[in-house]
Amino acid sequence: MLKFTSDHEWILVENDSATVGITQYAQEQLGDVVFVDLPKSGASFEAGAAAVVVESVKAASDVYSPITGEIVDVNQEVADNPSLVNSDPMGKGWLFKMKIADQSQLDKLMDEQAYRALIAGAPHA
Amino acid sequence: MPTESSTLLPFASRHIGPSPKDVSEMLAVVGAASLDELLAQTLPQDIRQRRPLYLPSALSEAEALERARQVASQNIAMTSLIGQGYYGTILPPVIQRNILENPAWYTAYTPYQPEISQGRLEALINFQTMVADLTGLEIANASLLDEATAAAEAMAMAQRISETERTVFFADHDCHPQTLAVLKTRAEALGWQVHVGDSMRDLDASEVFGAIFQYPGTFGEIRDFREPIAKLKANNAISVIAADLLALTLLKPPGELGADIAVGSAQRFGVPMGYGGPHAAYIATRDAHKRALPGRLAGVSIDSHGNRAYRLALQTREQHIRREKATSNICTAQVLLAVIASMYAVYYGPEGLTAIARRISKTAAVLRAGLVALGCKVSTSAFFDTITVDVGARRQEVLDRARDSGINLRDIPSHHGTSCVGISCDETTTRDTIEKVWCAFGDSPETAARRSVELAGARGDIATDLRRSSEFLTHPVFHQYRSETELLRYMRRLADRDLALDRSMIPLGSCTMKLNATAEMMPLTWPEFANLHPFAPVSQAQGYASLIAQLGATLREITGYDAISFQPNSGAQGEYAGLLAVRAYHQSRGQGHRTICLIPASAHGTNPASAHMAGMDVVVVRCNESGNIDVADLRAKAEANADRLAAIMITYPSTHGVFEEEVRAICDIVHSHDGQVYLDGANLNAQVGLARPADYGADVGHLNLHKTFCIPHGGGGPGMGPIGVKAHLAPFLPGHPEQPDGPSIVGPVSAAPYGSASILVIPWLYCLMMSGEGLTAATTIAILNANYIARRLDPHYPLLYKGRFGRVAHECIVDLRPLKNSAGVSVDDVAKRLIDYGFHAPTMSFPVAGTLMIEPTESESKMEIDRFCDAMIAIREEIRSIEQGQALQDNNLLKNAPHTVLELADETWQRPYSRMQACFPKGVSATSKYWPPVNRIDNVYGDRNLICTCPPVEQFQAAAE
Ligand SMILES: Cc1ncc(COP(=O)(O)O)c(C=O)c1O
Repeated sequence: MLKFTSDHEWILVENDSATVGITQYAQEQLGDVVFVDLPKSGASFEAGAAAVVVESVKAASDVYSPITGEIVDVNQEVADNPSLVNSDPMGKGWLFKMKIADQSQLDKLMDEQAYRALIAGAPHA
Repeated sequence: MPTESSTLLPFASRHIGPSPKDVSEMLAVVGAASLDELLAQTLPQDIRQRRPLYLPSALSEAEALERARQVASQNIAMTSLIGQGYYGTILPPVIQRNILENPAWYTAYTPYQPEISQGRLEALINFQTMVADLTGLEIANASLLDEATAAAEAMAMAQRISETERTVFFADHDCHPQTLAVLKTRAEALGWQVHVGDSMRDLDASEVFGAIFQYPGTFGEIRDFREPIAKLKANNAISVIAADLLALTLLKPPGELGADIAVGSAQRFGVPMGYGGPHAAYIATRDAHKRALPGRLAGVSIDSHGNRAYRLALQTREQHIRREKATSNICTAQVLLAVIASMYAVYYGPEGLTAIARRISKTAAVLRAGLVALGCKVSTSAFFDTITVDVGARRQEVLDRARDSGINLRDIPSHHGTSCVGISCDETTTRDTIEKVWCAFGDSPETAARRSVELAGARGDIATDLRRSSEFLTHPVFHQYRSETELLRYMRRLADRDLALDRSMIPLGSCTMKLNATAEMMPLTWPEFANLHPFAPVSQAQGYASLIAQLGATLREITGYDAISFQPNSGAQGEYAGLLAVRAYHQSRGQGHRTICLIPASAHGTNPASAHMAGMDVVVVRCNESGNIDVADLRAKAEANADRLAAIMITYPSTHGVFEEEVRAICDIVHSHDGQVYLDGANLNAQVGLARPADYGADVGHLNLHKTFCIPHGGGGPGMGPIGVKAHLAPFLPGHPEQPDGPSIVGPVSAAPYGSASILVIPWLYCLMMSGEGLTAATTIAILNANYIARRLDPHYPLLYKGRFGRVAHECIVDLRPLKNSAGVSVDDVAKRLIDYGFHAPTMSFPVAGTLMIEPTESESKMEIDRFCDAMIAIREEIRSIEQGQALQDNNLLKNAPHTVLELADETWQRPYSRMQACFPKGVSATSKYWPPVNRIDNVYGDRNLICTCPPVEQFQAAAE
């Protein structure tokens, strides 16, 4: 199941595990990513808490944890090669995996259609 | 007020660019009948000053310099052996004349436009390499304000990287007293505690997040800190060494001792003491912590043709991007002085620096041996340049006798239960001086002379395992320019790569790049101003005292504040000091819970960063479509936080370049909830003589003397950010341990009582030569110039914000965002194309992304302003041909800008436009063309492949091929 947030994160749910990254739209807005500050495995985040900082040359953007849970894995490849966030944001550019604490939080997230509608109305810089 | 018939006094008429005839032509263009009418349409009536400034009548340049000579003669530049972080040094004349006294260096701006800043960026890379090499650490920044604030920055950095929850920072008692005091001020506001003690005895590494050690100590002793450092490391705490750069040529560097961070001053690398500054401080760390570094960092990247090029790196750490989450509030730093220190190292190289250090250490050894022979109790055993002598009851006698022979020693009334004097030798210390010191301790001149000869073989004593064995400054740049001719040409080559005010206007909004008159600069290097130690007895600094008093009175008259503190040495530092005053004021009234600071969304990044450092919580106030503070939002947020409201920080005229009509109402709302109004004075150039901040509601605010009052920008510093306060805040201005006025409520924010005191001579002379009339005329013309540009450019680039009658203040914002859609053109493209026309770009994307903010200042003539407007308009036509499909979206004059001479000479020119169009567009003459040394710089490459030291030689060759 693929879900989205209004902060332009995507979240891929498989059983009680969720993989999180930023969307194509977010990647375009940010420009060339030069640094990704990933959390430590084992850290826990509340839904909406800043979990990752993604930096371009001119901006530093927080990536929020879409749901509450514990980080079980982070994408070391992205830390070494931040351009993956630009070239493949929904694939090789994933940021972290977490263990879902509360499945019901997923209901509040957008599905792909709703997210597409959201960005269709957003400004394109 | 200048009118067509007004007879401006000579200096003012040259400081101000437009002639009376120009003024009337410009008024016709802006559509105002007179300057008075323009002002009436620009400033709200209810803030206008009712009377002219009461200032002395104007002096000519010659008269003002004579006045400066009189004041200088009241300073007594004695031989200083005080030490404590400030040392005599010899600025090589070739560097004095070609950098410190050369407008190509001192009038440049911070290198945010790297293509036109390659010269100073290379010098800064040299500085960083020098610091990294000497400290034995991997990465150093391009300067902080002074050693004490650098120590405070290191403490904050330690807290960020230690990953502990602890709130205690340990400071060894051998740190300089001013450093300890500044650390305490900084810690207090953030809820941390500074424990001072003997690190060998009192340090509990498990209770601290970090610790700082002075190396060599303030009393001269060189101690081995490896044991406490190892303990700290074992407890996840960070170790900081405050190290003397020159001593590090002989001593094992901090990096090899295990330190995580090193800080200190580069003053003794050729920069005169100047009664406290300016000079550059440094900070260096390990590669792992580079993203936690404060301040600007020069880095290496490539340009669009793959050639090596320099730029500022990792800017996302800084306040202009990260705001309250930034690693520091620092903005203006000490670039000019860092450049001087770097050239000193380039000139002497490792051998020369080591020889200077050896000579100093030998001088100190001779001094010590003589004192021992005289039966003195010297308490320092392992030393570099400083020894401390236990003089007990003879203290005053020794100090007085030394002073009678023209020498200042350091007065240490109490140290380990006794009275001492400290003696620091430096590059300028002669045999004669040493003999006089002996005489102060009771020697006779004859025996002293004999003693010099007998003791000539004495040597400094550094324990074998603290001697430096590693190499430093191995890069060719520290070996190639050892003759004066070579150094002269190297400095000239670098200067030629850069655009500064000596070539063209620098229309940077919010930066006020006005004339830095030669007459204002001249006294800086006079020995009576340059060679005073900041802690010299006040009786020897009477010239400074009267200059500071006069300038203080002038600034009070201009702003309406009741008291001024000259301690903050940058605008950001002033913000921090001002907010500390607000904080202490609330605390004094039992209102310590007031910690909310309202800040408009349009504020400069230093505002939220400073609020954070002062222990406040930032609440952002919205702006409306006209760019003004959304008063309803302000009211709501002030009410919602009424009990916790500490202050609002506003900029006036706003960062949008408009005089908000409602400024009084805004101040009233905040006051009605017992909050204080902090006024960011960066835009004071639109107000001097016309409106006084304290009259319309400000309680406290800083003045950027490096904007409104002519201190040159130096390529990114020096600056001075004194703060003014109303009487109720005066008791909360920063104190200083070296000032005799008794204990202060708020501790020091800078290492020296008057910050970078020597450059105060610049604003002082400026005001003397302008008088109230000239200053008011300058403000008026600054406003006229901005409105003229606004009017000329508006048909081509829409003006983003204007006031009620369509007027702007002293700067204007033009909107380039529509060009993104119509032609794929960004602000960057226009900024880089301006280089081809020989101009420095206006401020980019501050305070609004995708816009340019233009500030001409009063010093630019109509001719230069027209040249700039013509270039902007010509570029608009180039954009039009993209819009109309005559030029390609991704391969055009703007996208490929700037164009270098190398490209022009390339036989295979394959651009879809001509070489002439590229390099000699309309208005650019072949004889005065500025050639950028590199093509557009790849910022992304630089941040992804970070290099902040001189690139290895192989890369030089690769780049040359
Ligand atoms: C509006 C504003 N506030 C504050 C500052 C900070 O001043 P400084 O660079 O002297 O620290 C600046 C300087 O660029 C500014 O433009």
